[in-house]
Amino acid sequence: MTINEIQDELIEDFAFYQDWMEKYEFIIQLGKELPLIDESNKQDQYIIKGCQSKVWLFPEIKDGKLYFTADSDAVITKGLVSLMVKVLSGHTAKEIAATDLYFIEQIGLKEHLSPTRANGLLSMVKQMKLYAIAYQAKGI
Amino acid sequence: MSNLDIQKIREDFPILKRQVNAKPLVYLDNGATTQKPQVVIDAILEYYTDMNSNVHRGVHYLSQISTDAFEVTRRKVQEFINAKHDYEVIITKGTTDSINLVATCYGREFVQAGDEIIVSAMEHHSNIVPWQMICEDRGATLKVIPMNEAGELDMDAYESLLNGKTKLVSVNYVSNALGTINPVREIIQKAHAIGVPVLIDAAQAVQHIKIDVQELDVDFLAFSGHKMYGPTGVGVLYGKEEWLNKMPPYQGGGDMIKDVTFEKTTYNELPFKFEAGTPNIEAGIALNAAIDYINDLGIDNIKAYEDELLAYATEQLSTVEGIRFIGTAKEKSSVISFVVDGTHPYDIGVLLDKLGIAVRTGHHCAQPVMDQFQIPGTVRASLAVYNTKEEIDALVAGVKRATAMLV
Repeated sequence: MTINEIQDELIEDFAFYQDWMEKYEFIIQLGKELPLIDESNKQDQYIIKGCQSKVWLFPEIKDGKLYFTADSDAVITKGLVSLMVKVLSGHTAKEIAATDLYFIEQIGLKEHLSPTRANGLLSMVKQMKLYAIAYQAKGI
Repeated sequence: MSNLDIQKIREDFPILKRQVNAKPLVYLDNGATTQKPQVVIDAILEYYTDMNSNVHRGVHYLSQISTDAFEVTRRKVQEFINAKHDYEVIITKGTTDSINLVATCYGREFVQAGDEIIVSAMEHHSNIVPWQMICEDRGATLKVIPMNEAGELDMDAYESLLNGKTKLVSVNYVSNALGTINPVREIIQKAHAIGVPVLIDAAQAVQHIKIDVQELDVDFLAFSGHKMYGPTGVGVLYGKEEWLNKMPPYQGGGDMIKDVTFEKTTYNELPFKFEAGTPNIEAGIALNAAIDYINDLGIDNIKAYEDELLAYATEQLSTVEGIRFIGTAKEKSSVISFVVDGTHPYDIGVLLDKLGIAVRTGHHCAQPVMDQFQIPGTVRASLAVYNTKEEIDALVAGVKRATAMLV
C-alpha cells in the first residue's frame, strides 16, 4: 500500500468511533501492535525531545526501504508514534520525505500537533522526516 | 463549612459555562492560571473603550485617567499585601519577571565570587534559573534546602546552609508541584538573624493565603496577576525601600529615566526606576478589579473553602486503586498531585481532557522535584474558589475510567 492508502484507511478506521474515549482506546490498542524498538537501541540519541513522555524512535534501512521501530513510556504516546510508524515505515526515504500527513488533522488529532512541549507528535513527524531526508541525501 | 455561595461565585466566571469535548468544563488547572470573573474582563474592555492612552507621559485627559487607574492598582496592591509605601510595589510582567529583576539587580550590586544563594528543592524553574544565571555570572554558588518524602523542607539543613557567604534566600511560599505551605516566617527570621535578605515567591500563595509583608518582614515578594483571577502579563515585585534603593535599575528606557544625555543618565525614583518601557496598562488596571474581587469574597473565606475542598479531594481520590500522592505535607494549599501505579501522568491527562476535565500533567516546571521522587511527572489538580465537590467527583470518576483503560 502507498502511504496515502494507509492514511485513508486510518481515516476510515477512526470514523468508525464516535466517542473520544473509544478513539483513544483504539490508539492505545495500536500502541500494543507497535513494532517495538530493540532494548539495545533505547539510547539517548534515539530519544525524541519535546515530549512530555519519553519516545524512542529507531530508523533502519532494509532492502532500500526505511523502517522504524519505537516505544514510549506513556501508552497514548506509544499509540501516536505507532500510528506514525504504521503510515511511514517500510517506504522509501524519498516517499517518506515528500509525504503530506493529512490524516492527523482528519482523524482529529490536530491538538497533538502543538509546537510546544505538550507531547511532541510534531517532533516525531519531524524526526521521521529528518531521517528520511538524511537517507535520501545519502542516495538510499 | 465556608460561608461562600459557590454557585453564585461560578456565575461570575463566564468560561465555566462552556463545554469541552461536549462535556461541561471541569477546570482544575488553577495553579497554571485561574479563570477571570466578569468584572476583570469588563475592566479590560473598559480600558480600551474609554481610556486607552499611555501612562505617566501625557498631559492630556486620557493619559491622566489611565495613569490614575494604573496607579490606583499600585495602591490597591500596597493595601492588599500591607506594604509600607506604594513605591515599594513594582509592577512587572509576572512572578518570573519579578524574580529575574531581583536576581539581576540585587545580584549585580551584592553578589560576588565565592558568595552563596539559597533556594529550596521544591522550587519552580523560575526560582532556580535566574539565580543560576547570576551565580554563573558572578562566580557564586547555588545552595539547595533539601526536603523530605512528604515534601517538607528540612529546616535543620536550612540552618546549616546559612553562613557568612549567604547573600540571599529565595523560596516559594506554596509549592506549585506539591502544594506544601512552607514555614516562610521561620525561614525569614533565620536569614535575618545573620543579616541575609529573603525573597518569597508567592505566586501560588497570594490567591489562597492572607499575606502581610510588614508582619512577615519579608524583603522581596513576587506574584502574578493571572493566578489570582486577574489578567496575564502583569505581576508584582514588592521590595523593601532600603533594598530597592540600593539596587541598580534593570532595563533602560521609558519611565525609569529622569535625565538622559549621551554622557550620563540619571535614573528615576522608585517605583519607576524598575518600570522601563510601556507597561501592560490594561492588565495593570484590571488587576485592581481582581484584587477587589478577592477582597469582596474575603481571602480567609476563600482559604477555608479551598481547604475543605482539598480535604474532600484527597479523601475521594484515595479510593482510586494504586494512587500515590506526591506531596503530603502537613501544611498544604489547594494542590493535589498524584501518580497512579502502572500509568503515565500524560495518559491520564489526555483522557481526562476528553472528559472535559482540565488538569496539569508533567513536571510542572519543577523537574528537580520529580527527580527526587523518581517519577516522570504527576497529574496535578489545583483548586480555586469556584471549584465544587461535584467537580472533584467528576475528576475521581474520570481518573478511575482512565486508569481502567490504561492499566
